[in-house]
Amino acid sequence: MSDSTRRGFLGDGLRAAGLLAVSGLACDSQRPHEGFLGAMERVNERFQRALFDPNRLAPELPEEDDSEEDDFPAYKISREFPVVPAGWALAVKGLVARPLVLSVEALRALPRTSMRVRHHCVEGWSAVASWDGVRLSEIARLAGADPRARYVEFRSFDSGYWSSWDAESALHPQTILAYGRNGEPLPTEYGAPLRLYSAVKLGYKMVKYITEVSFLPVRTGGYWEDRGYEWFAGV
Amino acid sequence: MSRRPQPWIIRATHWANVVLLGTMAGSGLRILVAYPFLGPRGEDYAWYPLQGVNAPAALQIGGWLAGARHWHFAFAWLFTANALVYAAYLFASGEWRRRLFFPRRDARNALETVLHDLRLRKEPPASVGLYNGMQRLTYTGVLAVAPLLVLSGLAIYKPVQLPRLTALLGGYDFARAIHLLVLAALALFTVVHVVQVILHPRSFVDMTTGGRDRPEPEGSP
Repeated sequence: MSDSTRRGFLGDGLRAAGLLAVSGLACDSQRPHEGFLGAMERVNERFQRALFDPNRLAPELPEEDDSEEDDFPAYKISREFPVVPAGWALAVKGLVARPLVLSVEALRALPRTSMRVRHHCVEGWSAVASWDGVRLSEIARLAGADPRARYVEFRSFDSGYWSSWDAESALHPQTILAYGRNGEPLPTEYGAPLRLYSAVKLGYKMVKYITEVSFLPVRTGGYWEDRGYEWFAGV
Repeated sequence: MSRRPQPWIIRATHWANVVLLGTMAGSGLRILVAYPFLGPRGEDYAWYPLQGVNAPAALQIGGWLAGARHWHFAFAWLFTANALVYAAYLFASGEWRRRLFFPRRDARNALETVLHDLRLRKEPPASVGLYNGMQRLTYTGVLAVAPLLVLSGLAIYKPVQLPRLTALLGGYDFARAIHLLVLAALALFTVVHVVQVILHPRSFVDMTTGGRDRPEPEGSP
């Protein structure tokens, strides 16, 4: 190797090491919404929105695909499964013509949607159950949600667990407020009396023990999202 | 005909790939920690011997699940872009002729090389240019399975929005298994590759400096 080659090689190596150091600083695992990782999360959101087809349905699965109870984990934030507050009712608010307060009976009186689809958890596992409820698009129609509400926020009575979604995913025909599971009333561990369920998002976006749906013109965050998990999280 | 062993685009994409594939593998192994099982819940694949086993922490990147997912989905684009630059150059430059495996040209040489390396054959196989038949077979195998790594990754990233791809790969859980198995195959390749480079240090110099022009036979299949 000649001297000039060696110098060139060393220079290249130093430059590469410098570049790696800078990109390393820009990738902070504890603050994944910032720096290079955050910029790429926004790129990935655009990619996911471009792929998203509001009319594409996740395949409905046969009953024999149902997971055993033990094989469909139910997560919570509170130490114990939260107890339904007395006088519980769902509040629908935000950019709506008619704010609503709906009891489970009122929700059951609305057009019913049932679906058996695959559940995708952020951890990597999948499981199957059937869910009964009312489409969120039906609630949006009843409340007269403003088209300028490009986001929908969901709040719960599980230690303040919450999330927010893009309106396209929230109004997808397979996004429902579920009050039943596998033909039974929704069990406590799966979010009774009412939970968000959808075929087009990861599990942590589907708020259980739901109390409030707000149609909003601005994006907010969420329990896991604010702690660093991806906001869009479509599947 | 005489040519430098490693043109600069091949060297650049090769070393970039070391960093990018390493980052993808490290963050992927951290993601796997969240659920280190293959198969649908309750129906773990019996053929997978490492159910519940995690990679050593030193091989993991991203610190926690959310961090690792951000690393993985950020670097996936750079990894894929680098691979596409390599593939475009490989075909546009004609380099594929001396790198890819063509059975009629290379099968015999591949077999002779293996027999020679295993000390089962005394005389070394004839020199056939930059790579011997076994190298061509191995590198071609890597290039053949690499797209599967990206496609299976897309299938488990977007199983609902890419339903045909996901179904083609056997559904969400099977595609996830493919994703890990291709990584395991590439890891095995990397170990053998590094051992071979240690045994033949000139290949390392070639891949770093480009090497000197060397005469070699016409390599067209």
